Amino acid sequence: MKVKYFAWVRERVGKAEETIEPPATVRTVEELIAWLSSRSEAYAYAFEKPKVIRTAIDHAHVKSDAAIAGAREIAFFPPMTGG
Amino acid sequence: MTSPVTSCPVAIRIQEDDFDIAREIAVLTRSRTDIGAVVSFSGICRADDDSARVAALTLEHYPGMAEAEIRRHADEAISRWPLNGVTVIHRVGRFMPGDNIVLVLTASQHRQAAFQAAEFLMDYLKASAPFWKKEESATGTGWVEAHARDDEAAARWTKS
Repeated sequence: MKVKYFAWVRERVGKAEETIEPPATVRTVEELIAWLSSRSEAYAYAFEKPKVIRTAIDHAHVKSDAAIAGAREIAFFPPMTGG
Repeated sequence: MTSPVTSCPVAIRIQEDDFDIAREIAVLTRSRTDIGAVVSFSGICRADDDSARVAALTLEHYPGMAEAEIRRHADEAISRWPLNGVTVIHRVGRFMPGDNIVLVLTASQHRQAAFQAAEFLMDYLKASAPFWKKEESATGTGWVEAHARDDEAAARWTKS
Protein backbone atom coordinates (compact mmCIF):
# COMPACT_ATOMS: atom_id res chain seq x y z
CA MET A 1 0.00 0.00 0.00
CA LYS A 2 1.01 3.57 -0.58
CA VAL A 3 1.65 5.75 2.47
CA LYS A 4 1.81 9.55 2.42
CA TYR A 5 3.05 11.97 5.05
CA PHE A 6 2.26 15.66 5.38
CA ALA A 7 3.52 18.75 7.21
CA TRP A 8 5.75 17.97 10.22
CA VAL A 9 5.06 14.25 9.97
CA ARG A 10 6.61 14.37 6.48
CA GLU A 11 9.56 16.39 7.73
CA ARG A 12 10.23 14.01 10.62
CA VAL A 13 9.89 10.84 8.52
CA GLY A 14 12.08 12.44 5.88
CA LYS A 15 9.94 11.54 2.87
CA ALA A 16 6.58 12.50 1.37
CA GLU A 17 5.48 9.02 0.35
CA GLU A 18 6.51 5.41 0.06
CA THR A 19 5.14 1.96 -0.62
CA ILE A 20 5.10 -0.40 2.34
CA GLU A 21 4.21 -4.02 2.95
CA PRO A 22 3.41 -4.46 6.62
CA PRO A 23 3.06 -8.01 7.97
CA ALA A 24 -0.43 -9.53 8.10
CA THR A 25 -0.49 -9.12 11.88
CA VAL A 26 -0.74 -5.34 11.38
CA ARG A 27 -4.49 -4.89 11.01
CA THR A 28 -5.42 -1.40 12.24
CA VAL A 29 -4.18 2.16 11.89
CA GLU A 30 -2.95 2.01 15.49
CA GLU A 31 -0.97 -1.16 14.76
CA LEU A 32 0.44 0.33 11.57
CA ILE A 33 1.68 3.39 13.48
CA ALA A 34 3.37 1.09 16.03
CA TRP A 35 4.93 -0.97 13.24
CA LEU A 36 6.20 2.14 11.41
CA SER A 37 7.57 3.55 14.67
CA SER A 38 9.67 0.41 15.14
CA ARG A 39 11.40 0.89 11.78
CA SER A 40 13.75 3.75 12.70
CA GLU A 41 14.29 6.70 14.98
CA ALA A 42 12.87 9.04 12.33
CA TYR A 43 9.53 7.19 12.34
CA ALA A 44 9.58 6.90 16.12
CA TYR A 45 10.05 10.68 16.32
CA ALA A 46 7.26 11.36 13.80
CA PHE A 47 4.84 9.12 15.69
CA GLU A 48 6.07 9.83 19.23
CA LYS A 49 2.60 11.14 20.18
CA PRO A 50 0.33 8.77 18.23
CA LYS A 51 -2.86 10.36 19.61
CA VAL A 52 -1.95 13.65 17.91
CA ILE A 53 -1.55 12.02 14.49
CA ARG A 54 -4.54 12.12 12.12
CA THR A 55 -5.04 9.38 9.58
CA ALA A 56 -6.88 9.16 6.27
CA ILE A 57 -7.58 6.02 4.26
CA ASP A 58 -8.30 6.60 0.58
CA HIS A 59 -8.92 10.33 1.12
CA ALA A 60 -11.31 10.00 4.08
CA HIS A 61 -10.60 10.61 7.77
CA VAL A 62 -10.52 7.44 9.89
CA LYS A 63 -10.04 6.67 13.58
CA SER A 64 -7.05 4.82 14.99
CA ASP A 65 -9.00 1.55 15.32
CA ALA A 66 -9.91 1.54 11.61
CA ALA A 67 -8.93 -1.58 9.65
CA ILE A 68 -6.28 -1.05 6.98
CA ALA A 69 -7.23 -4.11 4.90
CA GLY A 70 -7.91 -3.13 1.29
CA ALA A 71 -6.55 0.39 1.69
CA ARG A 72 -4.90 1.78 -1.42
CA GLU A 73 -3.51 4.91 0.20
CA ILE A 74 -2.99 5.75 3.86
CA ALA A 75 -1.95 9.24 4.91
CA PHE A 76 -0.59 10.47 8.24
CA PHE A 77 -0.59 14.14 9.18
CA PRO A 78 -0.93 16.60 12.08
CA PRO A 79 -4.26 18.25 12.97
CA MET A 80 -5.35 20.51 10.13
CA THR A 81 -4.67 24.26 10.17
CA GLY A 82 -6.10 25.51 6.89
CA GLY A 83 -8.66 28.18 6.18
CA MET B 1 -46.69 22.55 -1.91
CA THR B 2 -43.64 21.31 -3.69
CA SER B 3 -40.49 23.34 -3.48
CA PRO B 4 -39.16 24.68 -6.75
CA VAL B 5 -36.41 22.64 -8.32
CA THR B 6 -33.24 24.66 -8.25
CA SER B 7 -29.78 23.64 -9.30
CA CYS B 8 -26.85 24.21 -7.00
CA PRO B 9 -23.58 24.32 -8.88
CA VAL B 10 -20.57 23.61 -6.70
CA ALA B 11 -17.11 24.89 -7.64
CA ILE B 12 -14.13 23.76 -5.56
CA ARG B 13 -10.67 24.90 -6.52
CA ILE B 14 -7.27 24.62 -4.89
CA GLN B 15 -4.81 26.89 -6.58
CA GLU B 16 -1.67 28.95 -6.17
CA ASP B 17 -3.11 31.95 -7.99
CA ASP B 18 -5.02 34.73 -6.28
CA PHE B 19 -8.77 35.01 -6.71
CA ASP B 20 -11.00 37.95 -7.56
CA ILE B 21 -14.02 37.99 -5.25
CA ALA B 22 -16.16 40.18 -7.53
CA ARG B 23 -15.43 37.94 -10.49
CA GLU B 24 -16.26 34.78 -8.54
CA ILE B 25 -19.58 36.26 -7.40
CA ALA B 26 -20.37 37.27 -10.98
CA VAL B 27 -19.66 33.70 -12.15
CA LEU B 28 -21.87 32.28 -9.41
CA THR B 29 -24.84 34.53 -10.18
CA ARG B 30 -24.52 34.76 -13.97
CA SER B 31 -27.80 34.09 -15.80
CA ARG B 32 -29.57 33.30 -12.52
CA THR B 33 -32.70 35.08 -11.33
CA ASP B 34 -33.41 32.75 -8.40
CA ILE B 35 -30.56 34.01 -6.20
CA GLY B 36 -31.46 36.66 -3.66
CA ALA B 37 -28.40 36.49 -1.42
CA VAL B 38 -24.70 35.81 -1.80
CA VAL B 39 -22.49 35.60 1.27
CA SER B 40 -18.74 35.77 0.83
CA PHE B 41 -16.08 34.91 3.40
CA SER B 42 -12.42 35.62 2.71
CA GLY B 43 -9.60 34.38 4.87
CA ILE B 44 -6.53 36.63 4.69
CA CYS B 45 -2.94 36.10 5.80
CA ARG B 46 -2.56 38.01 9.07
CA ALA B 47 0.66 39.54 10.38
CA ASP B 48 -0.14 39.36 14.06
CA ASP B 49 -0.46 35.93 15.54
CA ASP B 50 -0.73 35.15 19.24
CA SER B 51 2.97 35.63 19.92
CA ALA B 52 5.24 36.71 17.07
CA ARG B 53 4.78 38.89 14.04
CA VAL B 54 4.30 36.66 11.00
CA ALA B 55 6.51 37.50 8.03
CA ALA B 56 5.17 34.81 5.69
CA LEU B 57 2.93 31.77 5.67
CA THR B 58 3.32 28.60 3.62
CA LEU B 59 0.27 26.44 2.99
CA GLU B 60 0.58 22.75 2.18
CA HIS B 61 -2.31 20.45 1.29
CA TYR B 62 -3.14 16.85 0.53
CA PRO B 63 -4.09 16.86 -3.17
CA GLY B 64 -7.15 14.76 -3.87
CA MET B 65 -8.30 14.50 -0.27
CA ALA B 66 -8.56 18.27 0.19
CA GLU B 67 -10.99 18.55 -2.71
CA ALA B 68 -12.89 15.44 -1.57
CA GLU B 69 -13.24 16.71 1.99
CA ILE B 70 -14.50 20.13 0.91
CA ARG B 71 -16.91 18.42 -1.50
CA ARG B 72 -18.31 16.26 1.31
CA HIS B 73 -19.05 19.33 3.40
CA ALA B 74 -20.44 21.28 0.43
CA ASP B 75 -22.81 18.37 -0.21
CA GLU B 76 -23.83 18.37 3.44
CA ALA B 77 -24.42 22.13 3.35
CA ILE B 78 -26.64 21.66 0.29
CA SER B 79 -28.63 18.99 2.12
CA ARG B 80 -29.11 21.27 5.15
CA TRP B 81 -29.87 24.63 3.54
CA PRO B 82 -31.68 25.66 0.34
CA LEU B 83 -28.59 26.77 -1.58
CA ASN B 84 -28.35 27.89 -5.18
CA GLY B 85 -24.59 27.84 -5.51
CA VAL B 86 -21.38 27.17 -3.59
CA THR B 87 -17.83 28.23 -4.45
CA VAL B 88 -14.82 27.32 -2.33
CA ILE B 89 -11.32 28.40 -3.36
CA HIS B 90 -8.31 27.62 -1.17
CA ARG B 91 -4.87 28.85 -2.14
CA VAL B 92 -1.65 26.96 -1.48
CA GLY B 93 1.93 28.21 -1.61
CA ARG B 94 3.74 31.00 0.21
CA PHE B 95 1.86 34.09 1.33
CA MET B 96 2.64 37.47 2.84
CA PRO B 97 0.43 39.35 5.30
CA GLY B 98 -2.52 40.82 3.42
CA ASP B 99 -2.66 38.04 0.82
CA ASN B 100 -5.91 36.18 0.20
CA ILE B 101 -5.92 32.56 1.39
CA VAL B 102 -9.45 31.21 1.19
CA LEU B 103 -12.79 32.18 -0.32
CA VAL B 104 -16.21 30.71 0.46
CA LEU B 105 -19.27 31.90 -1.46
CA THR B 106 -22.75 30.68 -0.75
CA ALA B 107 -25.82 31.70 -2.75
CA SER B 108 -29.43 31.26 -1.76
CA GLN B 109 -32.85 32.83 -2.18
CA HIS B 110 -32.60 34.37 1.28
CA ARG B 111 -29.77 35.55 3.45
CA GLN B 112 -30.18 33.22 6.45
CA ALA B 113 -29.30 30.08 4.52
CA ALA B 114 -26.38 31.78 2.79
CA PHE B 115 -24.95 33.13 6.06
CA GLN B 116 -25.31 29.84 7.92
CA ALA B 117 -23.97 27.68 5.10
CA ALA B 118 -20.90 29.91 4.67
CA GLU B 119 -20.14 29.68 8.39
CA PHE B 120 -20.71 25.92 8.40
CA LEU B 121 -18.37 25.46 5.43
CA MET B 122 -15.61 27.57 6.97
CA ASP B 123 -15.88 25.84 10.34
CA TYR B 124 -15.54 22.43 8.72
CA LEU B 125 -12.86 23.58 6.32
CA LYS B 126 -10.70 24.71 9.24
CA ALA B 127 -11.34 21.61 11.34
CA SER B 128 -11.17 18.85 8.75
CA ALA B 129 -9.86 19.85 5.32
CA PRO B 130 -6.25 18.66 4.98
CA PHE B 131 -4.29 21.92 4.82
CA TRP B 132 -1.37 22.91 7.03
CA LYS B 133 0.20 26.29 7.68
CA LYS B 134 3.85 26.94 8.37
CA GLU B 135 4.74 30.36 9.77
CA GLU B 136 7.90 32.36 9.29
CA SER B 137 8.59 35.06 11.86
CA ALA B 138 11.54 36.86 13.43
CA THR B 139 11.79 34.07 16.00
CA GLY B 140 12.00 31.28 13.42
CA THR B 141 9.89 28.96 11.31
CA GLY B 142 7.33 26.49 12.60
CA TRP B 143 4.11 24.66 11.90
CA VAL B 144 0.99 26.36 13.19
CA GLU B 145 -0.69 24.38 15.95
CA ALA B 146 -4.33 23.48 15.63
CA HIS B 147 -6.71 25.24 17.99
CA ALA B 148 -9.30 23.36 20.02
CA ARG B 149 -11.63 26.29 19.30
CA ASP B 150 -11.70 25.28 15.62
CA ASP B 151 -12.86 21.74 16.48
CA GLU B 152 -15.44 23.21 18.85
CA ALA B 153 -16.68 25.59 16.14
CA ALA B 154 -17.24 22.63 13.79
CA ALA B 155 -18.79 20.45 16.52
CA ARG B 156 -21.60 22.91 17.22
CA TRP B 157 -23.09 22.06 13.79
CA THR B 158 -23.40 18.39 14.70
CA LYS B 159 -27.00 17.34 14.82
CA SER B 160 -27.93 16.02 18.25
